[in-house]
Amino acid sequence: MAKVPVQFRLNGSDRAAFADPADNLLTVLRRGLNDFGPKYGCGQGTCGTCSVLIDGELRLSCLTLAAACEGASIETVSGMADGPNLHPLQNAFMEHFAAQCGFCTPGMLTAAKALLDRNPNPSREEVIDAIAGNICRCTGYEPIIQAILSAARGMPAQRRS
Amino acid sequence: MARFRGRGMASVNYPIGMNLGGDPSQALIHSNPDGKFTVALSAIDLGQGMKQVTRQVAAETLGVPVEDVYVDTADSDTGPHDMGSFASRGTHRMGNAVIAAAREARGVLMEAAAEELEVNAADLVTDGKGNIHVKGAPSRSITVRATAQAAQFKQGKTIAGRGIFLIPLSSVDAETGEMNPNTAFAHACLVADVEVDDETGDVSVLGMSSAYELGRVINPKMVEQQLVGGAWMGISHALYETPEPYYPNPDHGPRDFNEYLMPGPGDLAPYSITILERPAPDGPFGGKGPGEMCANPVLPAIANAVYNAVGVRVNDLPITPEKILRGIKANGGAKPQHRRGGAL
Repeated sequence: MAKVPVQFRLNGSDRAAFADPADNLLTVLRRGLNDFGPKYGCGQGTCGTCSVLIDGELRLSCLTLAAACEGASIETVSGMADGPNLHPLQNAFMEHFAAQCGFCTPGMLTAAKALLDRNPNPSREEVIDAIAGNICRCTGYEPIIQAILSAARGMPAQRRS
Repeated sequence: MARFRGRGMASVNYPIGMNLGGDPSQALIHSNPDGKFTVALSAIDLGQGMKQVTRQVAAETLGVPVEDVYVDTADSDTGPHDMGSFASRGTHRMGNAVIAAAREARGVLMEAAAEELEVNAADLVTDGKGNIHVKGAPSRSITVRATAQAAQFKQGKTIAGRGIFLIPLSSVDAETGEMNPNTAFAHACLVADVEVDDETGDVSVLGMSSAYELGRVINPKMVEQQLVGGAWMGISHALYETPEPYYPNPDHGPRDFNEYLMPGPGDLAPYSITILERPAPDGPFGGKGPGEMCANPVLPAIANAVYNAVGVRVNDLPITPEKILRGIKANGGAKPQHRRGGAL
């Protein structure tokens, strides 16, 4: 099948790639654009580690056709830090030991960012709901919940976007 | 129809390491021209913190800052031999191997520094901040970095060390059946409170409390992290996870994460942990390591709590609603067991 060109903004930069029409976004991000932030876990939308933001909405990149992202603005975990300055969520994940093997972390951070972008002061229940689509095998979730709540408490309003 | 509360308890004496033809770990350490050290191990860090623990152990033994030690792991083609990361053996076995290697490297480091300072190596101490000086005379000092460079470019010395730690194979005594496969045991006791619904068979874990004796806790935050995560996995094994729900019949087995049940972030139980430290005589700085025992006592404690709540003894895991309901039916109803003490 002929490849098709696809262009979108990735973490603030215009990027283009040739994709098979059946390629999912995760494949194009990792193999085409060398963004290894989103991880390939289950490949069928149940583990959450491939999560990205598409036009600000939380999406599973393994279930999203790359060609459907033409013109979209995509954010991955790779773009969360501002140069050498980590995003408050990233700092909170470190401070609260919210990662062990780290495989779920890109999806957890992305899901948490999607939450805080729309709800800067979430309750514990809202945090749990926000990461319910992300599987973690190591932490028992509690450190992740604490990290997200802590980041929300500590984030100045202007850093929340 | 009602929900019944129950409390269960379990204790664990947990042996560190294996007895598979002997249980060796090896480590190699060398200094780099910038005065930093590389530790080569073949064991892998799967997230349990082995890299950080061996880094701390190496830095402490060498007498240099933790930041100046890099631990390189998991290339079993090129690294020194290791049995592997399993059986909760990482801290104890690899930690000891790293100490042996770091001692040898430190010996060469001090000899090289002594040559530069024109003193006896036995009179030198490290300050843990990257300097070596004469005991009682901090001004007669040389940096580890300058020492490493002098060793490499002037003296022609390798500041390096080899370490191995071996627990030899313990054979079974033909007469008595006695053997002594382990030198270090960690210990834990865990109490679980549950609520069991006798109509649905559903079990909620209301809370858990544990005490863990792990030898010297080399990195307290990482130990806590591992205990919290491991306890969650214990709940998961006790109540949720199975690839073969009707073993040996393969029907109805899960095919993916949609069907393979695990508790999610909404199914957590409050968990309080107390750490006790009784340093192991043969552990690295007394360390044993938590490892698998983070999860182990959760399973029998929950099984006992379910029995305490409704009188059903489930002998195969996981303890599913179906098994509980079958047990309640066989008993002619829920049979709450005697209970002492107050709420957890």
